[in-house]
Amino acid sequence: MDRLKLVLQYFQSNSESISNGICIILSLISVKLYTSFDFNCPCLPQYNKMYAMGVMFVPPIILLLLGVLVNRHTGVLMEEWVRPLGKRAKNPAVVKFLLSSMMQRALLAPMVWILMTLLDGKCFICAFSMNVDPKYFTGIPNSTGLELVKIMAKVPCKEDVIFRNSSFRKAVSRYVRCYSQAIGWSILLFLIFLGAVARVIKPCFNHATFLQTRYWSNYLDMEQKLFDETCVLHARDFARKSVLQFFENMRENVTVRMPLSSAPRYSTVQNEFGEEEEERLHGITRQDQVDHLLQTWYECKPELDVTKMAYKPKACITWEDHSGRPLFSDV
Amino acid sequence: MDKFRMMAQILQSNQESFMNGICGIMALASAQLYTSFEFNCPCIPEYNYSYGISMLVIPPIWFFLLGFVLNNNVSMLAEEWKRPIGQRSKDPAVMRYMCVSISQRSLIAPAVWISVTLMDGKSFLCAYSMDLDMSEFGRNGSGHGLSQEELLRTLAKIPCKHIYDGQHIMSREAATRYIRCISQAFGWLFLLIITIVAFLIRAIRPCFTQAVFLKTKYWSHYVDTERRMFDETCTEHAKSFAKVCIKQYFEDISGEIQSCHDHDDSDDEDDKTDSEEDKLLGIRRQDTMNKVLWDWHTCKPALSLRKYGDATIAKNSESSTNANNAQGGHDCDNNEHNVSQHGFKNGYVNAGLDVGQSELEKQCDNGQNGGLNGHGNVNGSQKGFLNGGLPSPYSGQKKAWAVYYSKV
Repeated sequence: MDRLKLVLQYFQSNSESISNGICIILSLISVKLYTSFDFNCPCLPQYNKMYAMGVMFVPPIILLLLGVLVNRHTGVLMEEWVRPLGKRAKNPAVVKFLLSSMMQRALLAPMVWILMTLLDGKCFICAFSMNVDPKYFTGIPNSTGLELVKIMAKVPCKEDVIFRNSSFRKAVSRYVRCYSQAIGWSILLFLIFLGAVARVIKPCFNHATFLQTRYWSNYLDMEQKLFDETCVLHARDFARKSVLQFFENMRENVTVRMPLSSAPRYSTVQNEFGEEEEERLHGITRQDQVDHLLQTWYECKPELDVTKMAYKPKACITWEDHSGRPLFSDV
Repeated sequence: MDKFRMMAQILQSNQESFMNGICGIMALASAQLYTSFEFNCPCIPEYNYSYGISMLVIPPIWFFLLGFVLNNNVSMLAEEWKRPIGQRSKDPAVMRYMCVSISQRSLIAPAVWISVTLMDGKSFLCAYSMDLDMSEFGRNGSGHGLSQEELLRTLAKIPCKHIYDGQHIMSREAATRYIRCISQAFGWLFLLIITIVAFLIRAIRPCFTQAVFLKTKYWSHYVDTERRMFDETCTEHAKSFAKVCIKQYFEDISGEIQSCHDHDDSDDEDDKTDSEEDKLLGIRRQDTMNKVLWDWHTCKPALSLRKYGDATIAKNSESSTNANNAQGGHDCDNNEHNVSQHGFKNGYVNAGLDVGQSELEKQCDNGQNGGLNGHGNVNGSQKGFLNGGLPSPYSGQKKAWAVYYSKV
């Protein structure tokens, strides 16, 4: 149990690592989805390209939207963007930072899908087999009487009758797949290069501002999480007290029969909860107070100044000897 | 503080992750059910379409309803919807939120089934094989020499590999490929649409109703927590009731003999008895307990807590004016007044307490709290005003309480 707590604490303390984890899971889902999807080229001239391009680009859009959806930072970003000013000024740099980090993570799964389709080659073969000039390949099945376009459109379909024992189909497939893989590897190389360059030269630009925006974006994330947790705890204490209060309102009458002790004896159940729970309720004990609190949290976020809480004045004593030299000091 | 953080995280994440877990399990069950289900197209013109489409549509409905059945929050929603207003007004936004969140979770398994069915293509093939356009696929154009009926019958056999006999008319593979391609296109389109809808709902929502959303989220979580707390309290009360009842029974049976031997272990016993009796929270009879449970549904208490230590006073002090009642609460039980006057005499006494308690007046003045969302000042001033007429034994505490409320 302790180890679990430790692990949980580690992940919770670093919201970035959670986002990274989710991002990786989404990429793995993307890979699994591709491998389990049964690619089914129609092998008809008018539909091939549409189908192949659809399969190459529609799932990435879906994965991108999913990536944005499951990212915690989306909620933080939207809230920070649309909230009224309240007592706290808005910092557009923080919003931009959140947006860019969210998009970077959300773009990983779509890129994985696109690269997989390119490296596998089936989509390209389906889409572009008709654009291949059959002159360069021997063994084209002329005897079927179909137009050339239709023949070329059937290349992706292995099991079709006209290509029984034909090396023509295999040759064309290999050729188109080779193109597809070349494009795939180039894109991969380009992306890695871009990422490396961006990482290396980023500190040259506005590093101090970057540190600030990163701090405040983490802060916003933490603040929202802590607010939600405090609300949860508060709801729990509110509920418990409300239920107890309800029971006690139903409490029956008792009349004094004989004096057992001189001091009045209050219900100890309340004593158990007393101070601690009162504190956890923070004085918010009514529905309208809770509503007002939640409304104000959104409409008028508090200023970023906790000096009053952090620096409570305390007496600092300095002991001096007869000549005025300090012997001991709290300062 | 860290302990509380962990507790809060586990609490919140437990509820949500439990529901998400069930949701995920149902989605996986849905996919597994599809793969293990043996799709069996009848290959007869009259039945193909119905079979194909019903395989696409009926299991999702079944999964959706199953999602509702497995979700604990459904009964909570129904309870909240159907309860009488009592001292706590109903907030339709909270009920809408609960309904929407339940529906969202229940919709995942059906969506998985539909998308897997469309991607696989068998049901589309079964349903639409007869609608194929001959000119596109037919080998011999229109020179097949079959009547319309026979043609339909042949086309209907396309999904069944082993009995298809129209190879000379139309290539089965080409037709299968074509229909599967359309089915997969529909599948991806379906996924795209639901993802866009989910994206609009979740990512764009903060632009619109964020403050209201925070409120409804809090109160729906509260309703859930309160229900669980009530159940826990009832269970504990039942346990204590049983213990005290049994003890009382034994004592009655053994009579005077028991009282002589009490001195030695009276301390321990007293402590235990005390704590058990305290757990009873003053509810000691069957009809009182029945009333507790009845009123919990018919007259839910207002969302307003008294300050600690004022439990005994609060009952006396909150005498409502007619104006308060008119504002939103209901007088739950007109007979309460009479019942409390009789007083129940029993052996367990809290000495020193409550000559005043016999004047219990149960009135639903807190209804105003439920009815007025956000009008806090009205309540505060009225409460401060209401304390004027208290009986004297608790004047010290009364003053402190009056001060507290007037600050609000």
